[in-house]
This record gives sequence, C-alpha cells and structure tokens, in this order.
Amino acid sequence: MTEHSGSYTPSNGLEKWLDDRLPIIRFSKEHLMDFPTPKNLNYWWTFGGILAIMLVIQIVTGIVLAMHFTPQASMAFDSVELIKRDVNGGRIIQAVHSTGASMFFLAVYIHIFRGLFFGSYKAPREILWMLGVLILLLMMATAFFGYVLPWGQMSYWAATVITNIFAAIPVVGDPLLQLLRGGFAVDNPTLNRFFSLHYLLPFIIAAVVVLHIWALHVPGNNNPVGVDVKSSRDTVPFHPYYTMKDLFGIIVFLIPFAWIVFFAPDILGHTDNYVMANPLVTPPEIVPEWYFLPFYAILRAIDFNLLFINSKLLGVMFFGASILILFFVPWLDRSKVRSGTFRPQFKWFYWLFVINFLLLMWYGAQPPAQVVLMNFTVADVSKLSVLYYFAYFIIILPLLSVFETPRPLPASISESVLGAART
Amino acid sequence: MAAGAVGAVGVGGAVWPLINQLNPDASVLALSSVEFDLASLTEGQSVTIKWRGQPVFASHRTAKQIAEAKAVPLSELRDPESDEDRTKPGHEQYLIQIGICTHLGCIPNGPDQGDFDGWLCPCHGSQYDSAGRIRKGPAPKNLVIPPYKFTSDTKIQIG
Repeated sequence: MTEHSGSYTPSNGLEKWLDDRLPIIRFSKEHLMDFPTPKNLNYWWTFGGILAIMLVIQIVTGIVLAMHFTPQASMAFDSVELIKRDVNGGRIIQAVHSTGASMFFLAVYIHIFRGLFFGSYKAPREILWMLGVLILLLMMATAFFGYVLPWGQMSYWAATVITNIFAAIPVVGDPLLQLLRGGFAVDNPTLNRFFSLHYLLPFIIAAVVVLHIWALHVPGNNNPVGVDVKSSRDTVPFHPYYTMKDLFGIIVFLIPFAWIVFFAPDILGHTDNYVMANPLVTPPEIVPEWYFLPFYAILRAIDFNLLFINSKLLGVMFFGASILILFFVPWLDRSKVRSGTFRPQFKWFYWLFVINFLLLMWYGAQPPAQVVLMNFTVADVSKLSVLYYFAYFIIILPLLSVFETPRPLPASISESVLGAART
Repeated sequence: MAAGAVGAVGVGGAVWPLINQLNPDASVLALSSVEFDLASLTEGQSVTIKWRGQPVFASHRTAKQIAEAKAVPLSELRDPESDEDRTKPGHEQYLIQIGICTHLGCIPNGPDQGDFDGWLCPCHGSQYDSAGRIRKGPAPKNLVIPPYKFTSDTKIQIG
C-alpha cells in the first residue's frame, strides 16, 4: 500500500550520507510518520499503541526490579517485601510492574475482541492475526513466570498446578514434569529458571511485536467499516493524526492504572500471596489472576472422562485448544464481510460470546460446588459456557459465513464517513 | 552430506546438556527414606510427613471410615482399587498415601472432608473417599500409595 518512491528528502549532507548507508530516517518517516492510515479508525484502534507503551513500561520497571530481587527460595519473598518497603521509590515501581501486568492483559483482551468484531483476522491479515495470538501465548507464559517470583503461597501453588498440566501428557508426562521443575516438587531450581525465563521472554515478545507491526504495514490497517482503502482520500498520515489520537487514548488508559498504583496497589492481587510459599499447605482456595480466570474455568469444567481420555488430559486439551483455536479463526470465518457492523446475525453471537467470556471469568473465581441457579453448581453451568466458547468458533462462525446475508457495504471509507455525517 | 551428518550430531550433542541441566541433579535424586511411628496417632487422626519434598498423609482411620470404604462396589469407582489393595494386611486402620491431588498437584484437605469422608482438593474440587480413591471432580486417579513397609507393629519406613 505504501508508496516506496518516498516522501523523504535528506535535508543536509550528513543525512544524505547516512541515507545512502543506513536509510533509518527514511524508514522512520515512511513507517512512523507518513504511513497512510484509514481516516475512520475509532478509539478501539488506540489499544495497539497502548499495548506498545505497556510493553515498554513492563520491561523498564522489570529491569529495575531485577536489580533488587533475589531469586532464591528462602529469600525471594523477603526481597520483594524489601523492594516495597526499603528501596527508594520501590513501592511505586513494584506496583507499576504488578498492576501493569493486569492492565497489559486488559488492553490485550480489548485489542483481541476488537479484532474479532471488525474481522481484522481476515485476508490479507491472517499472519498479522496469528503473530498476535503468538504474542498472547508469550504474554501468558511471561505473566505466569513473573507471578511465581514473589514466592508467596499463590505463586507456589500456581507453579505447582501449571507445571502439573504437562504431566497430563501421556508417556513423557512425568519425566517432563521433573524436567520443568528440576525436582520432584516446585523448589529453588524452579524459581531460578522461572526468573531466567521471565527476564528473557519480554524481549522475545518485543521481537514478535516488530514482526506484528511489519505484518500490519504490508496490507495496512483494517478499519471499522472493513472495506479496503481505495484512494488516498480514504487515508490520513499516521503522524500527527493517530500519534495524537493514540496519545490521548494512552493518557486516558493510564489514569485508572495510576489510581490503582497509588491508592490500591494490592487490589488485583490475592491476600494469600502475602503468605510465604509453603510446600506442605495448599491455601483453602486457589484462584489465578483475573486475566487467566476464563481459561482456568475451562480447565476446571472438564471433570469427566471421554472414551479412553481421562478427565485430567481432557481438561488440559480443552485448556490448550481454547487459545490455539484462535490461530484458525481466519479460516473458520469465511464471510467476505470483515466488519461486524454489517453482519446482522453475527453481532448477536459475537456479543453473546463476549458475555460468555466474562461469565467464564466469573465462574473461574467461584468454588466449583457453589450453587448458581436452582440445584446447578458452577461445575455444571460452566460446561455450557465452555460449549458455547468452542461452538462459536467451530460451528457458528463457519455456518454464519454461509447462511448470513450481510447488509450492503459502503462503496468506500470516505463514503461511510460522509454518510454518517449526513444522518 | 557427511559434513551435514557430523553437524547434526554435533548440534544434538551440544543441545542435550543444555536441556539436561534442567533435570533434577544427583543431590535431589538421592533417594531418601523416612521412618515414622504410627503409635502416636489416635483413631481419626492424620499427620503429614515430608518425603522427597512431598507431603505424605499417614492416617489412622475410624471404624466407620473403613466400613464405608469397604462398602463401595468397585464398579462405582473411576480408578477401581479395593480397600485391601490400598492398605497393608493386618494394618488396615492405617492409610499411607502421597498427599498430592492426581489432578494438578495441590494438597487435598482431609480426612473427613467432602461427600465421601475423605479428602477434598481445594484447587479444582476433586473428592477422594476414606480410602483415598477418586470419587468426584477432575482428578483421574486415586491418591498414590508410596513404597513403604512396616518395620515393627506401628513403625513404617517410607521409600
């Protein structure tokens, strides 16, 4: 989409000299400033910029925290407490990092749901979407490793439960479990390697983000009406139009973030993580961080055997499939129309999917025996939500692609903008 | 071709130590054994012993719990094992098992918890009966019985 003829003319001899050897200024101008961007992007599109800032915040605060943290089983818990109490400004830096993880996931979920509604995964953006799913997986791994580091009770038991997921794999499960933990139970070797990986993965994420943006800049942005850019009248340069819009979105997003950091830094955490890890006592109730709850609910809902597959392996398979299925969405939804705005039936199923996801999040936080409705417990009704979660991708999207009659699309982005102005 | 083959072997030889370093080292693997005197346990009492870094439940079961465990037909069990399979002859009041839920590794609470007078896992709601057998919830197997033997009437050696 970009005109490689280029709008950049080196303004002096030094720039000309640099441009002939490493055209980095040209590249920045073309891709960060002049990049033609659909002029109708709404605020849901600012979450890409918000996510980039969140990654930077996490990496910077993380590097600082690593200067004070001790990855040793008997000292890790105390070292985190020392960061909060003694290190100059440590209280804020630690809170930004731990709250930042939550805000990062909030932003990434909004970003993903925006993509699911506006069909941003459809051709020619499949690779862009799949790289995004890969980033989600890496984020989950990073968040999990990071959560273990403070070595509280929730940290320890999260590490135990999640490493145990690999033990469900037939034949190699048990040796693999020992390999991951470095012992028969989660212990100091586990903490050490998790610290190492927690430091590594964000840089891998940053690398995949570069690929993600590269894959974005080949076809250009999708947009709320989902029709392709037809002429230069449909676009505006990224800078200053979207740098400013993104900046505004970032500032609004940082307000609740800052409120939590300053006034309620522990509001998103679990009180049991203020108790140091104890391998002989499982806390009365184990709950993951809120951003893992929907997937945790899926894992827990599968408490029955199916044919020769036992409940444990089956639960783990559903758990894995719930994320891996996102890789296949571009080929499950065959509808030619990208934007959900023009798909009358899709909308209903989409919003039901959103509600269902939030419902799974709530189920994940409840004890399985909790009665929800009449005699039905969380363990019972969460199965329905798991069913809908998968049915949406495997049954509803493919069928809608065939049976749904979409509303007529505007001829161009410009027409849709002017049309909206008329009404 | 030959260079490629040598290269592949070389890469494999270099990668394996990098993976194997993750495995438990010899000091962790050194199999330790633990001795415990069950005489201190009164009926209905249960203690947790640490063996290889893992919790082992030693329980002195009540007559009611034993009767309940024996009364269940094996066909009702997900992982069929009789009560006799899970205890030592002549010592059937004592139940020795690794206290790790076979689902995802939490430590179940018990005894006398849940619907089956046994153990209830707080993580994902698996329920074990008074013989430590899985009865309800996502766990696939009964609680594991560690290798142990009675060295006297009430003393056991685990491992």
